Formats: sequence, C-alpha cells, structure tokens
Amino acid sequence: MSTFSHLLHQQYQHVPERNALTLLRAGQPDLPVTVAELLQGSAGVAQTLARAGIKPGEVVILILQHSLEHVFAYFGTILQGAIPSIMPFLTEKLLPERYRADLAALVGVTQPAAIITYPEFEGEVRAAVGIDSPVRVILLSTQMDPPCEPDFTLLPGLQRRPEDIVLLQHSSGTTGLQKGVALSHQAILNQLESYSRRLQLNDADVLVSWLPLYHDMGLIAGFLMPLLRGIPLVLLSPFDWVRNPARLMQAVSRYRGTLSWLPNFAYNFCAQKVRDRDLEGVDLSSWRAISNCSEPMRYESHQAFLARFAPYGLRADALCTCYAMAENVFAVTQGGITGPVTVDVIDREAMQVERVARPSPAAEAVIHMLSAGRPIEKVEVRVVDEHGRAVPDRQIGEVTLRSNCMLTEYYHRPDATAKAFRSGWYLTGDYGYLADGELYVTGRKKDLIIVGGKNIHPQDLEELAMTVPGVHPGRVVVFGIFNDTQGTEEVFLVAEVDTADPAVREQIADQIRQTITRGSAVALRHVHLVDKHWLVKTSSGKTARGANREKYQQEFLTQS
Amino acid sequence: MSAEMIAKVAEYLARNILKQPQRVIRPDEPLISSGLIDSFSLVDLGMYVEDTFGVRLDDTELNADTFDTLNQLVELVKGRL
Repeated sequence: MSTFSHLLHQQYQHVPERNALTLLRAGQPDLPVTVAELLQGSAGVAQTLARAGIKPGEVVILILQHSLEHVFAYFGTILQGAIPSIMPFLTEKLLPERYRADLAALVGVTQPAAIITYPEFEGEVRAAVGIDSPVRVILLSTQMDPPCEPDFTLLPGLQRRPEDIVLLQHSSGTTGLQKGVALSHQAILNQLESYSRRLQLNDADVLVSWLPLYHDMGLIAGFLMPLLRGIPLVLLSPFDWVRNPARLMQAVSRYRGTLSWLPNFAYNFCAQKVRDRDLEGVDLSSWRAISNCSEPMRYESHQAFLARFAPYGLRADALCTCYAMAENVFAVTQGGITGPVTVDVIDREAMQVERVARPSPAAEAVIHMLSAGRPIEKVEVRVVDEHGRAVPDRQIGEVTLRSNCMLTEYYHRPDATAKAFRSGWYLTGDYGYLADGELYVTGRKKDLIIVGGKNIHPQDLEELAMTVPGVHPGRVVVFGIFNDTQGTEEVFLVAEVDTADPAVREQIADQIRQTITRGSAVALRHVHLVDKHWLVKTSSGKTARGANREKYQQEFLTQS
Repeated sequence: MSAEMIAKVAEYLARNILKQPQRVIRPDEPLISSGLIDSFSLVDLGMYVEDTFGVRLDDTELNADTFDTLNQLVELVKGRL
C-alpha cells in the first residue's frame, strides 16, 4: 500500500519530464508544468513549512487564488506530512465580517497550525484568526522557498502511513465549514483505483477542469485523480469560466481533452451563454466522457448541451452521469462509460405520491430520470426505508452505502461522525431507487438546497434574515425550487411581517436580499413577505420547510 | 446619449437580472463590488451590452476594476462606439 508522497516520488523518479498539468489563465499564456517542476515547487513549500515548525499530522489551511503557487502549496503541505484543507477566498459579494466569522468557525473546530494565503489577503486572515488562536503561523504564497530538489529520504510525507488522514474537505457555508470530511491516503487511493477502472482511464486521456478546488468534484476528480494517476490535467479558473464558459470548449479543443466533470447547471449555462464566435474552429470530438455530478441531473440539460455543441463534434455518448459525495471520497456510481446513460421514463404521480418509480409508456405526466449508473467497485449501495430495511427495486427510499473508501471521520466531530452511520452503512440523506442494478437519485431527505453544485443550508440564511429589523425569529423559512431554464435550484425566502404597508414591505424585502447576499454569498432574488400566521409550523413549533414550499408553490407559482 | 444608455441598461438589470422591475439603480451605484449582480449574471450583462450597443467586451473586462457602476460601463461602451 502506498501514500500520496510515495506516488509522487515514483513519478519523479520515472517520468520527471512528463507534463503534469497546464495552468490556463485568462489574458496570460498557458503555463505547462512537468512532474519535476511540480515536485520541486512543492518541495520549496515543504521546506518553508518545516522551517515554520509545521509538523506532520497538523492541519494547514490554504486560501489561495487559481495559480501555480496554489498547486505547489497543496502538494508541499502533503510532502511535509501535514493535512491541507482548501477554503475559498473572499468574493466581492460576501461581507468581510461574514467571511471572518466563517473562517473563525473553521479554525475553531479544525484547529489548524498554519494558514497559507496571498499577500493581498493577509490582513483579512489576520483579522479573522485573532490572538488566542491555534494558528501559529500565517504564511504568504510569495514567501515560499524557491523550487528545490526534493530530498525524499528526509521528507516527512514519506513517513505517513496509508491509514493516516491526508486531507480535509469542507462544504460551503457556516454549517458546512464546521464539518470537515477527513480522508485517509488509503481511502483516496482505493477510490482512485476503483474509479479509474470504471472510467477506463488510459494513457490517451487528458482531463480538463474549471472546477473550484475547495469542492470535492474539483479536488478529487479534477485535480488529485489526474495528478496522482499520471493523467495530464488542463486546469482553468472558475472565475474565468463563469465569465466566458466557452473557455472550457476552447481548452478541450486545443488540448484534445477527453474527460470533464460538470454540475448540472453548467450544461444549461454553457448551452445558453456560449457565443458562436467563441466556437470558431473548436473541435470537441476528443471529449469521451463528460460526467454530470454534484446536483440533481436533468435529462433536459443533457439534451440542451448536446444540441448546442454537437455541431462542433460533441458526441452523444460522451454524456455521462455520476453520483458522488465527499464522505465516499468522491464517486459512488458512474454511468455512461461503456454504453449510453440509461433514461428511465416513469410516472410522475406514482413517484411523488406512492414513492414508486413505475415505468410509463405515456407521453405525458412522466419524468425522464437519468440513471447515475452502477456503483463503482468496492462500493455497495442499498436503498432503505425509515427503519433501515432494504426496499425492493423501484421503490424510493434513502440511499445508504458501504465502501473501502469512506471518510475516517468528520474532523474533531465525533458527534457528527456517529450520527452519519447506521450499522456500518453511511446514510447519505438522499432519496433514490435502484433498478437493474443502477441508481436513480430522486431528491433529498435533508433540507439542503444545491445551487450550481454548491450546498446551501437553509438555516444559515434564515438566521441571517432574522437579523433584519421587522423580521421575527422563527417566522422565516428558506427553501429551494428547481428552475428548469437554469438547470439548478433557486433559493426562495418567505417571511411573516407585521406591517401591511407595501412601501415598508419593499424596504424590508430589499434589506433581506442584501443581508443574505452579503452574509452568505447566495444571490437571493425571491423574497416573499406574507401576513402573520401564513407559515406552516410543525407540532413542535418549528417551521416545516417542505410544507411551506408546497404551500408557496400552490399559492404563488401555479397561476396558469 | 449617456442618460438614455444608462436607463436602458438599468431597466435590463432590474427586470432580467435582479427580477425586481421596480428597483431603481442609480448611475453611481456599485454593481459588482456590492454583490448586487453576481458572477453568473456578468456574462448576461456582457452579452446584453454587446448586442444592444454593437460593441465588443472581452470577458477579462467583466470585473469591478474595469467598471463597477452604470456610469463607468456606459463610458466604456461610448469609447468603443
């Protein structure tokens, strides 16, 4: 068995001149990096960390922009035997105070020994960390030792054991930052072994990704898998992509990319926002697997993407699906590699009312369910009822799983770790069904909203809204409703207010929008103010998000 | 001409991006640095401006350093007409 550092060492010995990655940056020339350059740059960081007294097994938080320094900092931390965890940097939307509170929450639970950031952001990090902090040192990307020859006999990373934690993975928002998924070398390498086999990963592959590295899809599929398995990686910045999604197609064409992962909204976004002039000369025929992952997958989104890009060589059989979660390192299932993704046409009402996926020959009142495929090797999926008993095929229940690549724990959160499992099975909180060995994901048990692949905890937003004058605690509810045009969920907020004055209501609504946007980086568009006693409460007095969503849809969205 | 252009873009932003047609956007109101329009909407704004005024904006210009207000955006556009 092996560790990250061992794999990197082997590549350095055997294929130092091979291209490891190419960094793409808008307005700048592409930057190719060899295995030797990657390891030497990382060795400089490891040396800097060692001098700063960072010991193996300690956590290092990285808050860096899309850059070569970011890549070096990640692998440098690993070569030093420390545990990297990437946190997003402050965006224009988010209030600095809010960001500080989030970072403080992360630091409080995770107890990192160091933070690596970039010079412009140092002040922000220092303000967030405060004086009585476990963070002993804040290092700047510009202060790292220059690339140097790695001394593999001394690097502490090579002393790590396969069962040791190698990295932490957080999801977004205050709630998400308090629950870091701790993964071992062994778990990740097991996942990469099984997943590579399912993907039929080979020497001709080139992976193209614009996904953020603080997200499991970006970090595992779009970063660690190619770099550890020796597949050339073409890495774009999420910021460049969102301003011009055609950059993805241009990169695939230029580098003969074969593999990419995208959240569902990106299919709609690319289909709608890419201009013809940006596709001149673009050839997408090399793209063999584009995996839809990390939010509910829609048949319509695949169709729109295919219709837009087929004239540029996109093959229908390149459209794949994947069901993944950080707790299983990444992939649970994958579909579409050896044959087209199965589309299960089922009766809409039977699914919603009877919770059964009944195949329907009708043309109307049906749902086209995209199969997420079969579990990858060494991953078992079981769909269970509320008592934990397996349900028959085509019956909807909670998706649970067991594998050789599960998380070690939620870092420093034994309470959360214990709650996540039942009799050795991990409870995903997702609803779905199995049919002919393939998994279909239908919804979520938790109130989590997923916007553009980003997890949003409604309670975070409700708490923010309650700070607005005129809004009362316990009288706000936040939920998500799927938007077909955008291919993702949109956030809705309903609050009870005392005033009936439309001008005052408009003011309160505006204030709620601003507070939420700046307090959570969620662009909130739909704020609805209602009279007292509108909200549905549970018997224990809590607001029931699902019931309120249904009431909202019936009252305000079904005017046809 | 500027006032007309500003009014046009302001109406587009309020109606299509903010989904609040009644929302008044002042010509000197920060749009990007304030988080009023998010990064996913910037590409829409860029396309609208290009199609409406027949100018070309590069995607590297879609940020608060290049323009943050309607005034600045319209100045940028006028420089290219």
